[in-house]
Amino acid sequence: MNLRRVGALVLRYTYVYQRSLLRLLEIFFWPAIDLLVWGFLTLYLQQEGRVLPAGIAFLVGAVIFWDIIFRSQQGITLSFLEDIWSHNLLNLFSAPVRVTEFVAATCLVGILKTLVVGAYLAVLAFCLYRFNLLAIGPALLPLFANLLLMGWSLGIATTGLLLRWGQAAEALAWAIPFAIQPFAAVFYPVSALPFWLRPVAWSIPATHAFEGMRLALRGRSAWGELAYATLLNLVYLALAGAWFGVLFTAARRKGLLAKIGTQ
Amino acid sequence: MSEVVVLVEGLEKEFSRGHPVVSGLSFSLRRGEALGLLGPNGAGKTTVVHLLLGLTTPTAGKVEIFGLPMPRMRVPILERANFASAYALLPSNLTVRQNLMVFARIYGVAQPREKIAGLLSDLEIGRLGDRVAGELSAGEAARVSLCKALLNDPELLLLDEPTAGLDPDIADKVRRLLRRLQVERGIAMLYTSHNMRDVEEVCDRVLFLRRGRLLAEGSPAEVLRRFRCEDLETLFIQLAREEEEILPEEPGGNHSGSG
Repeated sequence: MNLRRVGALVLRYTYVYQRSLLRLLEIFFWPAIDLLVWGFLTLYLQQEGRVLPAGIAFLVGAVIFWDIIFRSQQGITLSFLEDIWSHNLLNLFSAPVRVTEFVAATCLVGILKTLVVGAYLAVLAFCLYRFNLLAIGPALLPLFANLLLMGWSLGIATTGLLLRWGQAAEALAWAIPFAIQPFAAVFYPVSALPFWLRPVAWSIPATHAFEGMRLALRGRSAWGELAYATLLNLVYLALAGAWFGVLFTAARRKGLLAKIGTQ
Repeated sequence: MSEVVVLVEGLEKEFSRGHPVVSGLSFSLRRGEALGLLGPNGAGKTTVVHLLLGLTTPTAGKVEIFGLPMPRMRVPILERANFASAYALLPSNLTVRQNLMVFARIYGVAQPREKIAGLLSDLEIGRLGDRVAGELSAGEAARVSLCKALLNDPELLLLDEPTAGLDPDIADKVRRLLRRLQVERGIAMLYTSHNMRDVEEVCDRVLFLRRGRLLAEGSPAEVLRRFRCEDLETLFIQLAREEEEILPEEPGGNHSGSG
């Protein structure tokens, strides 16, 4: 892998944010709206006298950490879509760029996005709801890393679908993370799910990460859950990489790289 | 005899079984030579360019560039080659300079700012550096695309209809520039075009394709003589409309040699 080329691709994707108000809204506006909706809902429930475990922290924390998965996945898929939309795929893949360098660059864009959005939401949550993200303690970093990895797996798998079906699969870029959200125990514990759904939930790395977050906010150890999340993430990443590899090879055989690059 | 840069032998490509887009194609391209790839729509010209770039994998046959197998050695090959197409625009939401800077870094160009400024000046678009690519006219965008293609001082240049959409004045300037660069730097150039004027002015040798098969090969003058045509435009129309293959016998009966 050539780091110079990876850096050039990261530069290409970050240039987009310098020039586009819409792209900045994606980073600053929508995450803030999510935080406001869930934060005010929780305040309302508290005012109504509902007893919420660990107060407001669970839901606000869930919003922030869910956004890490979503922005990490979007960092990869939106970068690829940028090149489809701008008919640049042909230029990109006729240049000496390895597919691993392309994927690495989009993953780095995912890291940059999640760091910016995560820090921004953490500050906002503290100002609005006195929610201190650092209260999670030393589990914060592995929690963040696991959600980032989960976002990468989803992003790489989604990009494979975009490679195979082009812009026809564009809606999946937004739909796929939300398709797993109900089963990933983001806003409620796994015990809230029916019995038959729980094995599905436990097979998702994010479920362990969010259960870990709730344990950490209760002051209990989250390391067991985070270890499960890491193991599952490694499996998911391997599967996503293999899936992408198969679809990329098929795309080259079918001439789709050139086709979706100019459609 | 100068060094062979591109060697294609028995190249086949099928996107669906039983429907070859390129069939049994063999040719070579030498250093300092400009080869025109001609043929009507659907002849397989663009597919051949994509096969040479490793964007598409062949069904059968061999492609060697700089003596290296494509697509297995795609990256080292593409470090020494470049590509421009009227259909592959640079991202419309970046400025011209940003676009060129990204590709300069991909190719590892030394002193990229100076290189970009020099190329923009050579192509008479120095004033466009800070313009957003999406605001350019077709002619300006085509010249920016050529700037991208020349960034790494390529030894092999693949051009897919580079003058499509250009007015006659700009098209003439682009042809002259390409010819000058090709002669001065000894670039091997593969050139597809529907504009026969382009081909006559730029190419030393042409390959006529129809339905993926090589129909004729030689210098423009040789091909015209063989088919008893006065110009390539007339020959193009004649070959494109011909239902049956009309290959005249060549000495030795070889119609698809490597040239």
